[in-house]
Amino acid sequence: MGLTGIQIFKLLPKTNCGECGVPTCLAFAMNLASGKAELESCPYVSEEAKEKLAAESAPPIRPVTIGTGDYAVKVGGETVLFRHEKTFVNQPGLAALVSTDEDAASVDGKIERFKAAQFERVGLNLRAEMFAVKDASGDAGKFSALAKKMADTGASLILISDNAEAMKAAATELKDKKPLIYAASAANADAFGALAVESGCPLAVKGDGSLESVIGLTEKLSGMGVKDIVIDTGTRDLKKAFEEQIFIRRAALKDRFRPLGFPTIIMANEMADDLMNESLVAATFIAKYGGLIVMSDFQPHSLFPLFLDRLNIYTDPQRPMTAEQGIYEINNPDENSPVLITCNFSLTYFIVSSEIEASRVPAYLLVQDTEGLSVMTAWAAGKFSGESVGTFFNKCGIKDKIKHKSLVIPGYAAGISGELEEEVPGYNVVVGPREASQIAKFLKSWKPE
Amino acid sequence: MAFQPTKQIYSGKIREVTLGVGDKAVTVGGKTAYSFHSFEGEMPNPPRVAMEIWDKDPSADWSETAKAPFAGVLSDPVAWAKKCVDEYGAEILVVQTKSADPNADNKSAAEVAAVVKKVADAVDVPIIVWGVASHEKDTEVMKAVAEQCSGKRLALSPVEEGDYKQIGAACLGYKHVVVSSSPIDVNLAKQLNILLGNLGVKEQDIVIDPTTGGLGYGLEYTYSVIERIQQAALTQEDDKLQQPMICNVGNEVWKSKEANLSAEDAPELGDPAKRGVLMEAITAIDLLIAGADVVILRHPEAIKLVKGFIAKMM
Repeated sequence: MGLTGIQIFKLLPKTNCGECGVPTCLAFAMNLASGKAELESCPYVSEEAKEKLAAESAPPIRPVTIGTGDYAVKVGGETVLFRHEKTFVNQPGLAALVSTDEDAASVDGKIERFKAAQFERVGLNLRAEMFAVKDASGDAGKFSALAKKMADTGASLILISDNAEAMKAAATELKDKKPLIYAASAANADAFGALAVESGCPLAVKGDGSLESVIGLTEKLSGMGVKDIVIDTGTRDLKKAFEEQIFIRRAALKDRFRPLGFPTIIMANEMADDLMNESLVAATFIAKYGGLIVMSDFQPHSLFPLFLDRLNIYTDPQRPMTAEQGIYEINNPDENSPVLITCNFSLTYFIVSSEIEASRVPAYLLVQDTEGLSVMTAWAAGKFSGESVGTFFNKCGIKDKIKHKSLVIPGYAAGISGELEEEVPGYNVVVGPREASQIAKFLKSWKPE
Repeated sequence: MAFQPTKQIYSGKIREVTLGVGDKAVTVGGKTAYSFHSFEGEMPNPPRVAMEIWDKDPSADWSETAKAPFAGVLSDPVAWAKKCVDEYGAEILVVQTKSADPNADNKSAAEVAAVVKKVADAVDVPIIVWGVASHEKDTEVMKAVAEQCSGKRLALSPVEEGDYKQIGAACLGYKHVVVSSSPIDVNLAKQLNILLGNLGVKEQDIVIDPTTGGLGYGLEYTYSVIERIQQAALTQEDDKLQQPMICNVGNEVWKSKEANLSAEDAPELGDPAKRGVLMEAITAIDLLIAGADVVILRHPEAIKLVKGFIAKMM
């Protein structure tokens, strides 16, 4: 729980100098307590007070990074219960399980699919980031060797073993890669906590299916100096796990309850019998507060929908996704193919381009930067005007690609056609359909001149 | 000391709305907490999965994956409806009146209504009729449907600001349920319900359609508007939003390119059948988690997965 204004006041210089912008230290303390002021505004605050206050003002859910480099996964750091309140920030990491008792061909297949399942969308590369490496027999050599092999893919790792010796060998060897050590339980918390401190690796705790057991573990480990913690409550029942994720998020955000202020891990592979149902478990906890999600396998038919899901849920509601401005060639167009122009709101782009693609008519789609606004909104805001569309058309280079003199604008922007004609002399401005669903019909019945 | 989880305080309740009549009538809504939050409130009626059929042969539009479970019945809406109920266990049936689309087949309202009537007579589960979102055409079709299916307590959709007077009146006159449809906006959803109320439509006869975006195509907008409507209804006592919600999921998801790409066209996307089914099921469970009370689905495998999910979460 945060400090009260009075508690903060005791840490301040009490000089009432007013340099922070409010007349008294008490008023400043009250503002700090309610989050309305920043400590930096006080030039005279002591180092000791800074440290104390920083600890209190730390993010309610600790951001934890697993792995290093391109595939590092940062989870936690969330500040809201519902994405519309602000936004969710750190997408859950997706992992596939490999085990020391799994045959090499199976492991290699997973590596191959991990590398292949990368998809381009709205300028982002959608892909999985992690492998969970499981020690099936307590054989330290085997475990380290498999972990090393998986680390060589670049993926971030979750090391799974309850054998302290095997874990120590693997974590020590790979400590520079910052794998997640999974997991400290009531039985081995001392040894695993010491290993986490020594190796500097993040540590998962595994409860016995109760939040009390988790709290006991995180308090103990925090006391040992372990900072980067990930929570597995131990629950494998879908309904109960859903309930716990909500309680954990609420405790961290609403009550500032530190022992639960950590990201979580969901073992979807232990919560369903097949990959289809595991995928639904994963989707459930992409929506409701999972930090890391482990599945039994990577298959593109499951990863692709989960990537889209993760992208959708973690999109900032205040900042629309946009497509890049430019010329998009669809169905291999040539110099006689029609040219259509639209805005760069990603949904508009997706829908218009897929309608053109479905029509099988070769065409150029010009996407103009409207700052993510849809056609009607952009038009109303003056960002899709005759002048701006004309300037874009003249400069984008499409004129060198076509022989005809026609340009199709969206039906909803019909109002700009007069002004646009003045901007593109010699070109024939055609008003296209209002709805994307009519594009195929339009393209099949109309030819550029 | 035992950990005391923070509970959400609720002050409102979602109204119950009954679809259909007789033994197979289905009641939705009634919850006093966010969906699946049974640790802090009641969810007396589980969310439902409705199954869609088209009133025209969709063979030209549907991928092999979507067609396969309905081989042999796609051109016969009555046989298709029976297959859904008898073989796939549909508890609610949705007739998408695609043949009425003025930009395609443009069948007359009388023809469309006659087919809906035949379907409604052939099965005993509740029927939802989903139009083509053309105000003029939907008005004609829904009026004819409402009259011919009088007494069956259908749900007619979408009822929008531009046609609520006509279709709302038809629902009032022939005792059907209104699906109040607005474009992903809390205030517009509320406003249309106020207008329907002024028209005389009773609260127990309104279901909200917040407008559905499929996975990768605006799902996040629908997800958040449902959460916001549900919050307003349950925690801010917003009386006009305390209605159950329905999402036309299958129709949206299966429209997308990625749900339909074949293995030859997109080997990198893996098994096309499983991919399409998962895209549909994941969209559905996200919207159910957000707070939807009815999801309309297409593929029997997706339906099975989503029903399994609901059963585990109740």
